[in-house]
Amino acid sequence: MLALYSRLGFGQLYYSKSGFIGFYATTPLEEIKGENNQAYAVVDLGKKELAFTALVKGFIFPKELMQEHFNENYVESDRYPKASFTGNFTGDVNMAREGSYPVRVKGQLSLHNIVHEVEMPAVLEVKGGMLIASARFVVMPEDFQIEIPSVVRNKIAREVTINVKANCNPR
Amino acid sequence: MKKIPFLIKTAALATLAFGMAGRLAAQDNLLRLLDDSLGAHSRRTYVAGTFKATHVVNLQTVEAPAAGDLNFIIQHRFGQLNSGAYNLFGLDNATLRLGLEYGITNRLSVGAGRSSVDKTFDGFVKYKILRQTDGAGSMPVTVSALGNISYYSLNYPDKSYLNATYRTAYVGQLLIARKFNRLFSAEIVPAWLHYNLVPAGADKNDQFAVSGGARMKLTRRMSLNAEYNYLLPNQSVSQKVYNSFSLGWDIETGGHIFQLVFTNSQGIIPSQFIGQTTNSWGDGGIYFGFNISRNFSLAKPSRKQPIY
Repeated sequence: MLALYSRLGFGQLYYSKSGFIGFYATTPLEEIKGENNQAYAVVDLGKKELAFTALVKGFIFPKELMQEHFNENYVESDRYPKASFTGNFTGDVNMAREGSYPVRVKGQLSLHNIVHEVEMPAVLEVKGGMLIASARFVVMPEDFQIEIPSVVRNKIAREVTINVKANCNPR
Repeated sequence: MKKIPFLIKTAALATLAFGMAGRLAAQDNLLRLLDDSLGAHSRRTYVAGTFKATHVVNLQTVEAPAAGDLNFIIQHRFGQLNSGAYNLFGLDNATLRLGLEYGITNRLSVGAGRSSVDKTFDGFVKYKILRQTDGAGSMPVTVSALGNISYYSLNYPDKSYLNATYRTAYVGQLLIARKFNRLFSAEIVPAWLHYNLVPAGADKNDQFAVSGGARMKLTRRMSLNAEYNYLLPNQSVSQKVYNSFSLGWDIETGGHIFQLVFTNSQGIIPSQFIGQTTNSWGDGGIYFGFNISRNFSLAKPSRKQPIY
């Protein structure tokens, strides 16, 4: 079936609706992290494209109040409910052989109504017919016009680390 | 989890397969495919941040500390504005209430406080009955029930008959609030007040009132608040009581909320500001003051995924 798809030039789609996106901005003053286990992800092996999308409200924080401030004061999830990424990758992945394939991903991350170019190393792992996509990269709140008031500036890391992982199944 | 509707799936696949409109368009299609399935799975979510603080000024809002959170609140009122330059327009005097509020669950909270007015202790239990939601078929309002009890301990040497029962009052309130949009929220609060002892026989022990409170956000972290507490007429007749009207300005910074307020009530708990306000805005009997609340996260409850 997959062979047929690729022979016809169609993309091979791998898909997940329980992808993980976590971001970490912890400082010695405050533990700040938000994690979302309900991200949607799709990888097109044929065209070497991939996309992620998640509802901003789905990020869970250790503190309820922090989560409310994140939604209300920082990312304004009532106005801009979605965060998404779309891009392509370089590097080859052989679905017939299990293993980890390092790739380079480049694309647009969109959040808070701002589109920002990002580039990162990532890993596509083939395991039991599944494609596991994972990456870690760094963004800054200013990249997305998220203002941090000076009173709390030292509580929030200047560089925010983002971890992504999605176990994608063929569809 | 539901399956992605077949039509969307087929349509998306067809677009992906046959839409040969270049690289970027193809990526957009990939994203559209995800957005479609995200849209198909969207459910209702609870509306958060109807008000910033647990008090409009004196009147409580439907906000409450989250499960395991402790809120420490200082409510400070200077003296009356019309007390003259000699008293620096009230700034020479001050009364305050110190309060603690704790979230047992995300719906149930308890609180206690001590006011310097009449050396009054108070306690309350607040329960969120309904929560406003977003999305189709949503709940339009948040409704909380609030039960207050207060006990004043000020010594009156000439009134030795004032026993514990006489010093106690109860207030029951039903808070019905709605966040109309990101800037404007309002609540209407019917209240029943019971005083075990009233000043004269003509005064009612059971009194009824309707309060209204609203906030308008100025920026993401600031809002203007107003509240009005209307005590139904002919209930408290032996002394002139006024309806309590207050204005506030909220400033939020991290776990702190700072509120600058103007009010014609010196008392800060409902049995005092709803039923025993003896000053009026008209003659300058206005108190300037502030509320400061600080949130502490005591417990680290396991946070669940929201429903959507």
